[in-house]
Amino acid sequence: MAGRLNRLIDFAPVLIALILALLVASVLLLALNANPLEAYDFMLQGAAGSENALAETLVKATPILFVGIGITIAFRGGMINIGGEGQMIAGALAGVTVALVMGEMRVPPELAKEKGAFDLIIVACSLVGGFLMGALYGGLAGFLKAYFDVNEILSTIMLNQIAVQMMNFLLNGILLDPAEAGFNNIPKTARLVTAAQLPRFSINIDLPRQIGEIQHIELFARTRLHWGLLIAVFLAVIIYIFLWRTSLGYRIRAVGENQRASSYAGINVKRQMMFSMFLAGGFAGLAGVVQVLGLQYRLQTDGSPAGFTGAAGFNGIVAALFGGLNPIGAIPAAAFFGGLLVGAQKMQRELGVPASLITAVNGLIVVFVVSSEIFILQRSKRRVSVAENETPTLNPSPIKREGLASSDDGEEDG
Amino acid sequence: MAENAKQKSDLLPTGHAPINQLAMTGIVKRFPGVLAADGIDFDVKAGEIHALLGENGAGKSTLMKMLYGLYHPDAGQIRINGQETTIRNPQDAIQHGIGMIHQHFMLVPSLTVAENIALGMKSSRGARLDLDVVSGRVLELSEIYNLKVDPDLPIWQLAVGEQQRVEILRALYKGAALLILDEPTAVLTPQEVDGLFRILNQLADDGHGLVFISHKLHEVLEISHRVTVLRDGRRVNSIPTSEATRPKLAEMMVGRPVLLEYDKNPPDPRDERLILDGVSALSNRGTVGLDDVSLRLRGGEIVGIAGVSGNGQQELAQCICGLRPLTAGSVTVDGSDVSNAHPSSLNAIGLSHIPEERMLDGVIKEFSVAENYVLQDHGHPKFTRGKIFMLFHKIREFCRRAIETYEIKTPSTETLVKSLSGGNIQKLVLARELSRDPGVLIAAQPTRGVDIGATEYIHQRLLQERDNGTAILLISEDLDEIRALSDRIAVMYEGRIVGEVENRDVDIEHLGLLMTGGG
Repeated sequence: MAGRLNRLIDFAPVLIALILALLVASVLLLALNANPLEAYDFMLQGAAGSENALAETLVKATPILFVGIGITIAFRGGMINIGGEGQMIAGALAGVTVALVMGEMRVPPELAKEKGAFDLIIVACSLVGGFLMGALYGGLAGFLKAYFDVNEILSTIMLNQIAVQMMNFLLNGILLDPAEAGFNNIPKTARLVTAAQLPRFSINIDLPRQIGEIQHIELFARTRLHWGLLIAVFLAVIIYIFLWRTSLGYRIRAVGENQRASSYAGINVKRQMMFSMFLAGGFAGLAGVVQVLGLQYRLQTDGSPAGFTGAAGFNGIVAALFGGLNPIGAIPAAAFFGGLLVGAQKMQRELGVPASLITAVNGLIVVFVVSSEIFILQRSKRRVSVAENETPTLNPSPIKREGLASSDDGEEDG
Repeated sequence: MAENAKQKSDLLPTGHAPINQLAMTGIVKRFPGVLAADGIDFDVKAGEIHALLGENGAGKSTLMKMLYGLYHPDAGQIRINGQETTIRNPQDAIQHGIGMIHQHFMLVPSLTVAENIALGMKSSRGARLDLDVVSGRVLELSEIYNLKVDPDLPIWQLAVGEQQRVEILRALYKGAALLILDEPTAVLTPQEVDGLFRILNQLADDGHGLVFISHKLHEVLEISHRVTVLRDGRRVNSIPTSEATRPKLAEMMVGRPVLLEYDKNPPDPRDERLILDGVSALSNRGTVGLDDVSLRLRGGEIVGIAGVSGNGQQELAQCICGLRPLTAGSVTVDGSDVSNAHPSSLNAIGLSHIPEERMLDGVIKEFSVAENYVLQDHGHPKFTRGKIFMLFHKIREFCRRAIETYEIKTPSTETLVKSLSGGNIQKLVLARELSRDPGVLIAAQPTRGVDIGATEYIHQRLLQERDNGTAILLISEDLDEIRALSDRIAVMYEGRIVGEVENRDVDIEHLGLLMTGGG
């Protein structure tokens, strides 16, 4: 009984954090001479007020979810990956190159009669290429951490800068759209052929309206909703199983929780550190390549750091934390942040409040969620230390890494 | 020591008034979900050494922390010399003449004795330091109480026993009439314990009241005048020490009769299973940690490693278990050379290790009991499908069996280990290590911080394992434990083995000398 209550109290802070963040944001809105209630109403409309709004929210959520899954793996492995942006770009560059090159290839005659088979191969190769390049880029930070003790927070931030400049260089050079060359020189690649694009999808529902009469509804028709979302949700489930049902995931989590006990148990700690960063980078890479294949159909940037990614590499971190460092939890969290971003645009249009306010809201949520994590940690520590033992012969528990531990509530079930 | 000898209202040798009678009545302290103190009565008189005995979590420290102002009672009264008193914080406690010596010393190693004592006190000269005044007073006090300490030596140059004397001096300097000592012998050698006991007796003779917190029965019997036993936050009984015996006290602590001495089968040594030959290694600080250590263990025997902590015991265990690189020498387990082998390959050839720092090394606190049970074997074919998918129903089943066999108190196999008590965590580690059917077992401080009931059980299991032919290396700071279990005893000092004796003809004085580098 008390345990259940405690669990509830442990979870409440996340919601309270959200409410507090919105309250502080209200103050900012008031300072901008906007009515917060009106502003939030427009946000809600913009995010979920119509079929198209909802689709746009999910479109925005897709890369955030990919990154969020990766960040979850990294966090569980004890690595703080701030390099989602760079890894997204690395993945997108590799993926778009594969897609462009394969798009130019002639369909092999043996596949020609199977309609769409070669298309599928192009898309799959591009996704794998994007995953691998992002994974190598993330794995690099893991390698530096494991063998040279380079702080992964710093190295991933640095690698973000390198990736942005590399993208600018390539998009103005060999990857530049031939149609643009010598003309506008807007940094973008050529448009992908249709075969290399991720298809859009809609949902068909048959609703019984009256007896004997059925209404046919096609949800999300003519929206930009694409297969990337389905892939991301599928992978979230896979990664949940991976982390909590396989020995590979067990090792990652063990290293993340306690490196000393892991090496005592014979786990290769360095390898696990690299592996979790490799996977994290891979998922960010997927986010990048899916943006290209499913949405933009070309890689383009305005030259600014977030010109291509739309800061999904950072928003993914927030979503991972908000999702309780659980890939399944990252799904609603990503949808929520996608909705915030889309809703903010509506708010900007209607009220003239800058949409960048939503960046502040994101930041506030991070601050409150992280402090609520610390609150949870201290609560559980107090419970434990009091409940079990009062002798100082027990070793004091090590300080939790970076204070960003998750509450593991509810992750294990039957 | 007659406790009625000092009932006069004379001043103490420090010039402060004594506490003739301190009484705590009906003390209640609740923590979320736990009743840590449930109406405890406790009192100390001037000139009395009152032992507070109990298992871990019985409420000893909680009770004394309330007396020292670190916690506040939810109910109950504290009366000093008959006057009801509220102690809000340690400053209050010191004001009332109560001093506490913590188990872990609160001293700054780089500062001198006088500087440490002056720390946090007002100088008599305003902004200027008055260390010479402090030094003079320290010398005066150390003469009165026969506590020899040089006030101008830095703390790091002092032995542990001397550091403890500094702590006592500091409390006396601040005017303590009543001293609370929290497990003061835990870090001392037998010689240092004798020294401490002389000091405590003199303090009592001079009219101080003393509270001696301990879970070591023979020390309580030796030093105290009265014993109060706590169990589960309640006072079981208070009796004069003259009426107490070891079995009686143990039974009061645990709530059932406890075996204090074991009937060991005669040793039946078999083939050599663990051979250390000239092993050397560095310590964490890069100094010599292990220096040319050679040791041979046969199956079916327990070899105890005695020594004051920090003399290479930890390095020894880590070298054998592949957690610290050797700089010279070799380790052989069951005939195969495993010098500098990876822990995973040591797991495979049947080496088990109960690590000293079990909360850091032995378990992952955020993992469930079941997950911790397969810390090494999580990829074992027995527990996985295709070495990838973990079969949690099987893991839980094995874990449940271990929970039953080893009487581990846990609500379920899914409980997080961090919410288990220290003794139960140690049982879990023991269960896991023995379940792997080891040929060689390294048991480092297997019962440190574990209550008597669990200690008894762990000892029995280790003896059973010995009889089954396992070679056991028992590393312990607790000489009683070493004496009770070992067939042979090796003493470590400064990274070397300075002596090896058969347990049956061991002389405790000689052992103590070896432990401090003499002999």
